[in-house]
Amino acid sequence: MKQKRIIINKTKFNIIVERLSHQLIENHDDFRETVLIGIQPRGTHLCNRIHQKLSSIISNSIIKVGNLDITFFRDDFRRRQEPLEPQAIDIDFSIEGKNVVLIDDVLYTGRSVRAAMDALMTFGRPKSVELTVFIDRRFSRHLPIQPNYVGQKVDTITSEKVIVEWEEINGNDQVILLNSET
Amino acid sequence: MKTLSTEHLLGIKYLTKEDISLIFKTADNFKRIINQPIKKVPSLRDITVANLFFENSTRTKLSFELAEKRLSADIINFSSSASSAKKGETLIDTINNIIAMKVDMVVIRHPNPGASVFLSRNIDAKIINAGDGTHEHPTQALLDAYSIRKKYGEVKGKKVVIIGDILHSRVALSNIYCLQKLGAKVCVCGPSTLIPKYINSLGVKHMSNLKEALNWCDIANVLRIQLERQDVKFFPSLREYAMVFGINKDILEGLNKEITIMHPGPINRGVELTSDVADSGQSIILDQVENGVAIRMAVLYLLAGKVKKNGK
Repeated sequence: MKQKRIIINKTKFNIIVERLSHQLIENHDDFRETVLIGIQPRGTHLCNRIHQKLSSIISNSIIKVGNLDITFFRDDFRRRQEPLEPQAIDIDFSIEGKNVVLIDDVLYTGRSVRAAMDALMTFGRPKSVELTVFIDRRFSRHLPIQPNYVGQKVDTITSEKVIVEWEEINGNDQVILLNSET
Repeated sequence: MKTLSTEHLLGIKYLTKEDISLIFKTADNFKRIINQPIKKVPSLRDITVANLFFENSTRTKLSFELAEKRLSADIINFSSSASSAKKGETLIDTINNIIAMKVDMVVIRHPNPGASVFLSRNIDAKIINAGDGTHEHPTQALLDAYSIRKKYGEVKGKKVVIIGDILHSRVALSNIYCLQKLGAKVCVCGPSTLIPKYINSLGVKHMSNLKEALNWCDIANVLRIQLERQDVKFFPSLREYAMVFGINKDILEGLNKEITIMHPGPINRGVELTSDVADSGQSIILDQVENGVAIRMAVLYLLAGKVKKNGK
């Protein structure tokens, strides 16, 4: 039987988005040299949310934001039962010489982030790349990748799943821990 | 994600409407990628593809080769004019030798209809038909329909006329299947001697008047007269054909609407199309070539997903 537990509720959820936005402002000033890139499919929700928040705080600056699809750069093609569905790539600006903030919802093995960095480099040579995640599943990395900005660190075991839900998709802002073991 | 319902791409006949939509959707992503500064993705880096061309080809061969390279596949090329096929080796022997070199996918063009189906039954590799005689040329039909979709938003409800040598054309048959599956209306136009007898059974009407056909259609897909496949005379002379079925600027300007001109290439300028039509803004011939790479990348990617992992 699957057990479902809410680990972050709506109030805390919004506080975290707010905090991540302020941390980004602390390091990137007015975002003239910085772009936000959400990793498809689920990182784009957090990316949009942070973008909205940042735009409301620093109102006189236009922050560039894009979505990156990593399907063709993944290392598990043909190792899955079914191929993954590619999503839209939506980066209509140059990242050459820019500071890029990659944004994803959950950091687990680090393989998606590795693929995202490869995919990103096909658009040019950024000055720096940082990583923002909502949930960091600690002690489960397969690759030496660490985030720069973390919403919440979570300790989990392999059979558990962490799902970030969004109001615009699932009807509520919350984070759920699913345990598929009986 | 959905996968293709078939293990090989042998012809449009074997694809469902959903398969075609999936190929188009995947091609959209690849079209975006081939317009990026770095046009290569690593998806097929552990796949080996053999391009076996038993018949001459420029566009299709280059397009497949480029698609394979953009996907990081390893490729080997074979053309029959410079091979042991000339020494009397059978098709299955040639192919088995190539498969023994551990090839995962085979792209084949062959003068005999059904060559790709025959291979798919006899060897253990994914087969992509790049044209088998006068039978099918599925990737060309896919890229033609994809080009129509790119220009008009959708294929459904569009009126397409295929003009020229329908009898000897694999492009025509694949196009008819593909366009009908996507809900377009298809007619053919050309001299009666070059229209196959079975054409009505495909639900396709034959128009013998070029002007009438052009006034009816939204898109005209113009084919080349395949003199190399014609062992007897089907019409008196190329000059006469050009006068009756050739499209020139005056004819286009005399129509009551602006139609789109397509051609699978190679063009015989001055025969089926005059240069001012082929190079006009109404022609999407070069878009077809660009879309061809994206479509072939999509087909290769989707079929490569079905190649078994070694030892699993």
